[in-house]
Amino acid sequence: MDDVRKRRDIGARPTNRAMVPHDSAHKHVTGRAEYVDDIPEPTGTLHAYLGTAAIASGEITGIDVGAVLAAPGVVGVITAADIPGKNDISPAGIGDDTLFCETSVTYHGQPIFAVVGRTRDAARRAAKLAKISYAETVPILDVRAAQEAGGRVVAPGMVIQNGNVKAALEAAAHVVRGSITIGGQEHFYLEGQVSLVVPGEDGEVTLHTATQHPSDTQDVVARVLGLDANGVRVHVRRMGGGFGGKETQGTLFAAVGAVAARKFGRAIKVRPDRDDDMMITGKRHDYVVDYAVGFDDNGIIAGVEADYGARCGYSLDLSIGVTDRTLMHASNAYYFPATRVASQLYYTNTVSNTAFRGYGGPQGLVAVERMIEEIAYTLGLDTLEVRKRNFYDGAKRNATPYGQEVRDNIMPRIIAELEASSEYQARRAEIIAHNRTNPIVRRGIGMVPVKFGISFSKKVMNQGAVLLTIYRDGSVHVSQGGTEMGQGLHTKIMQVIAEELHIDLSRVRITATATDKVPNAAPTAGSLGTDLNGMAAIDATRQIKQRLVEFAMDAYRVHAEQVVFEHEAVRVGRHLIAWPEMIEQAYGARVSLSAAGFYKTPHISWDRKAGKGSPYLYFTYGAACSEVAVDTLTGEYVVLRTDILQDVGRSINRDIDIGQIEGGFIQGMGWLTTEELWWDSKGRLRTHAPSTYKIPVASDRPRIFNVALAEWSINEAPTVRNSKAVGEPPIMLAIAVLDALGMAVASVADYRKAPHLDTPATPERVLMAMERLRAEAV
Amino acid sequence: MNVRRTVRFYLNDVLVELDTIAPYQTLLDYLRLDRMMRGTKEGCAEGDCGACTVLVGRLDRDDHLVYETINACIRFVASLDGVHVVTIEHLAPQDAPLHPVQQAMVDNHGSQCGFCTPGFVMSLYGQWLQNPKPSVPEVEQALQGNLCRCTGYSSIIKAAQTISHYANPADDALMVHRAQTIERLRALRDGARIEIEAPGHRVISPASSDDLAVVLESYPQAVLIAGATDVGLWVTKFMRSLPVVVFLNRVADMQTVAIADGRIVLGAGVSFSDAAASLTEAIPQLEELWSRIGGVQIRNAGTVGGNIANGSPIGDSPPTLIALGARITLRMGASRRELPLEDYFIDYGKQDRQPGEFIETISVPIPDVGQEFRVYKVTKRFDEDISSVLGAFRLGIVDGRVADAVIAYGGMAATPKRAPSVEAALIGQPWTRDTVEAAMARYADDFKPLSDWRASAGYRMLVARNLLLRFFIETRGGTVTSGRDLIDG
Repeated sequence: MDDVRKRRDIGARPTNRAMVPHDSAHKHVTGRAEYVDDIPEPTGTLHAYLGTAAIASGEITGIDVGAVLAAPGVVGVITAADIPGKNDISPAGIGDDTLFCETSVTYHGQPIFAVVGRTRDAARRAAKLAKISYAETVPILDVRAAQEAGGRVVAPGMVIQNGNVKAALEAAAHVVRGSITIGGQEHFYLEGQVSLVVPGEDGEVTLHTATQHPSDTQDVVARVLGLDANGVRVHVRRMGGGFGGKETQGTLFAAVGAVAARKFGRAIKVRPDRDDDMMITGKRHDYVVDYAVGFDDNGIIAGVEADYGARCGYSLDLSIGVTDRTLMHASNAYYFPATRVASQLYYTNTVSNTAFRGYGGPQGLVAVERMIEEIAYTLGLDTLEVRKRNFYDGAKRNATPYGQEVRDNIMPRIIAELEASSEYQARRAEIIAHNRTNPIVRRGIGMVPVKFGISFSKKVMNQGAVLLTIYRDGSVHVSQGGTEMGQGLHTKIMQVIAEELHIDLSRVRITATATDKVPNAAPTAGSLGTDLNGMAAIDATRQIKQRLVEFAMDAYRVHAEQVVFEHEAVRVGRHLIAWPEMIEQAYGARVSLSAAGFYKTPHISWDRKAGKGSPYLYFTYGAACSEVAVDTLTGEYVVLRTDILQDVGRSINRDIDIGQIEGGFIQGMGWLTTEELWWDSKGRLRTHAPSTYKIPVASDRPRIFNVALAEWSINEAPTVRNSKAVGEPPIMLAIAVLDALGMAVASVADYRKAPHLDTPATPERVLMAMERLRAEAV
Repeated sequence: MNVRRTVRFYLNDVLVELDTIAPYQTLLDYLRLDRMMRGTKEGCAEGDCGACTVLVGRLDRDDHLVYETINACIRFVASLDGVHVVTIEHLAPQDAPLHPVQQAMVDNHGSQCGFCTPGFVMSLYGQWLQNPKPSVPEVEQALQGNLCRCTGYSSIIKAAQTISHYANPADDALMVHRAQTIERLRALRDGARIEIEAPGHRVISPASSDDLAVVLESYPQAVLIAGATDVGLWVTKFMRSLPVVVFLNRVADMQTVAIADGRIVLGAGVSFSDAAASLTEAIPQLEELWSRIGGVQIRNAGTVGGNIANGSPIGDSPPTLIALGARITLRMGASRRELPLEDYFIDYGKQDRQPGEFIETISVPIPDVGQEFRVYKVTKRFDEDISSVLGAFRLGIVDGRVADAVIAYGGMAATPKRAPSVEAALIGQPWTRDTVEAAMARYADDFKPLSDWRASAGYRMLVARNLLLRFFIETRGGTVTSGRDLIDG
């Protein structure tokens, strides 16, 4: 068996091919799936509610909580002075993210204290009664303001370069310079942030909390309480959505609960109202990208030079990783012969922006797709044609700007198949004809590729772990490092384990992710939950199987090849032993039936200082084609049709993967169209609830929505059953909608000018872009 | 007057009778905290996400039992007297097979994180009981008030369309026990006024408009609550305490819709949903707008009278009804006065309503044949969004000339407001593009809109003008360009 064949055989042949719904589906639909706020509170539980800053920038000159303490139902107040350990909840432990602000306010909504009350309502009402005085200063609110104010950053940026971009731009037949503003995005997990903290013996605490990163929550709570990590247990059964918003942003609420639990010796629940949640927690980074793209008469890119200015907010949080990924996705699926892309991580007096599905990658893609649009409208070409001409192809045009060779490129086939199945060319011609004779309603169509790198660029995070336990009745219990937030990770891990052990899925039970079962786990992020923890699960099952084989060889005096795992049974020589019987026999022979599975991603490297390396184990490929209709009187629009072809390698669970693709596309579409974050001049977020912040609803779906998997794709990299990650890439497929809106806008000036549609492309931005083009065209 | 000191309702199969209750106690908190029924979720606490959706069954004027979806997060318990509240826990008891709606959701992968799911199940349940085989647009409409951040909705819509493969609504528990429930609810209906007093607050729920008038003479400063779709947020978001609240839910004689003498007369307490059929039959141009006011849960609770009374500059019905020439009747005690709706709105936060006075009816003329009437709502998101601009137009055209014109806007000023200069520029002129363009130049005389998170002043002004052009094009049989019809454009 050659090496490639071996690699392809990672993971057993599927034995549970029937439809496998989400492992909690029946609990979701009955309301019996338990979220943190649903757990029956221990007797005597108190509730903590945050008191927050009313200004965005300035000094606190006085805090008077007299009225708070006198309010009905109030038990007490906690401030920075009550923190037994460090007043630092930053993920990196660098002290720029306090639990409670002590002197300087750096954003509107920043926590200053918390009220502890007998009910949440009492604590929440009392929190408003504090009298806090400030010496207010002028806040810096966005990227341009930060640049004008001297460009303070939260950390140094990164530079990725290859070739000589100055020379390339000078020599290019065409150079277009411009800038694009790319809006941020609120996660809008339906379950808001929440923690229930239960104090235990010797200062220990147990936390039930909505987090994608139990280990980080454990570290932060230990730091704040001045405990060793072994004194903090974090349990997460499930979240009601995460999307990156619960990677670091939940630790605040966990730590508030922990400090209050310490002070009052009672269980503490912390659950902010939706408005407070949205005002306090970080979001997707918004960017201003200033770019120059050089290209020849055929639209072939000669060089790209661009600055990616990100609004990071008042602290670092995860902004390095996010902005790095932006630069690492600056080229999407295109070959840049010469590049210089640089990130600037601007400090602003706004929430600390954080992880959000795609982790900076989507902003990199939006910017390069704007450059593609510039090229196309300059040369009078279709954007798709420009895209195809610039794909990575062949040995000489296969290196990314950061030096990784693209070896698994299937983008040309993806695009060719989607171009055919969506009837792109015929529809585009029909749309152009339609636009010629319809002054009011204009249409547009766009097809956009998405290439996305899979692995954390921070090498240490690329590890997964699983604790697998088999009981004497043959039932299997799993706890794994990854968390379940709706993506179906638990389901996939259970499938992998059932298939590896050749047993029915019904024998496998998965329970809460817990730091006392699997330590030091990576966050469930980067689309990597299954890649890392699924491989660890396979490792655990193989350890157990190895022990069973050794036991069988010894007990039945057979060779290893004579021990074969069959469905719900093990064949040992001439004996077929049912699975529970086999386990009971192994138990009787004192075989350990528990294993810790582990996995670390091979073959990856990254040098941030040099901006070079091979950080990704593999790439995923996908493309979307969207058609829109736009009302030129109001800018209102409808997405008429979307076709998607997405590569997920060999799918572990088709239905779950399609759900991820559909949901990711709609979420990305919301980001690029109706989801607008709006801060007023005082730095107050005014779109802080669903009444003002508009995520897509059912009727925003494309009127025709065709989603297909590239069934022929097999991941050549060592992953679970040759599958590929699926969580994040679909977000970016929605750029097709932006491209289509751009075409409809450009139609008002006969496609002679680039539409320059910034995001989110609200009806207002669409109408104003058309107005601008009409004025310029005169 | 009979006075009762309790609120009585059925919660699933249990009769609940409460003799102490704060006026601001929400149904959601009651379920989750008092009853430990935690299947119903809180997503936003403002009636926008639908995670808290439950069904409320009530007897309508003809004693028909109707079940409607509502948002438990902004429904006050004190307003539930005489109804049947049905929560997610009622659909499938522990260890019982899933309900058809639930099974369809599982089989179509309609849940991912699952947090919004109980609310979706309840919305789909509510629809399935009335319409077992809904079209895609009908499902989308039923789900206007339910947000899902995971699935992208396709799987949920598939589920909605397959429920009827599993069972027939006639066999559903709520339908099987219909007669019994009607009897139970009838038994609760005693025509008494409810008054519940506790230190610091008082709940009053009159059972007729005459009683309401009497109550308000005693408590002229009381907060009046009909659907609570606005006042609910005073509590859940602004944490205002409401010392004296008068609930209008039981004032059945103000929940009427009557058509006579070319007018529709709406009782101020009629919900958007209850008004929909008669109103859109008489004035079909209202159909799209009416289906875009809030989501279904909001339309089931919110009332036309409340939409007017709260004086919001961005409510959808006031400019629409102003353009139609509506008049309202205000009542205090036994005395009534009538005024044109537009005169009710004095300034931002200020309306022509005295303490103790209440809006009793809204009288809406049905446009004559020969009158052109249209209303356009422009929003960031098509469904369940607050208007950036709403424009309503009514023109009488005689021999190709504009004989009369009433044009009113929401979102363009501190109140719902007419456009007198624009109207003047049209009246007496031929109904031509030149006239329209001349009138479009007059908007600056009538409006100085604000910039906010919904839209900039510039966009609002441009759209306000363009809506007149859209109106013109449509009246001339041109391309239909509004809203959902873009698809056909």
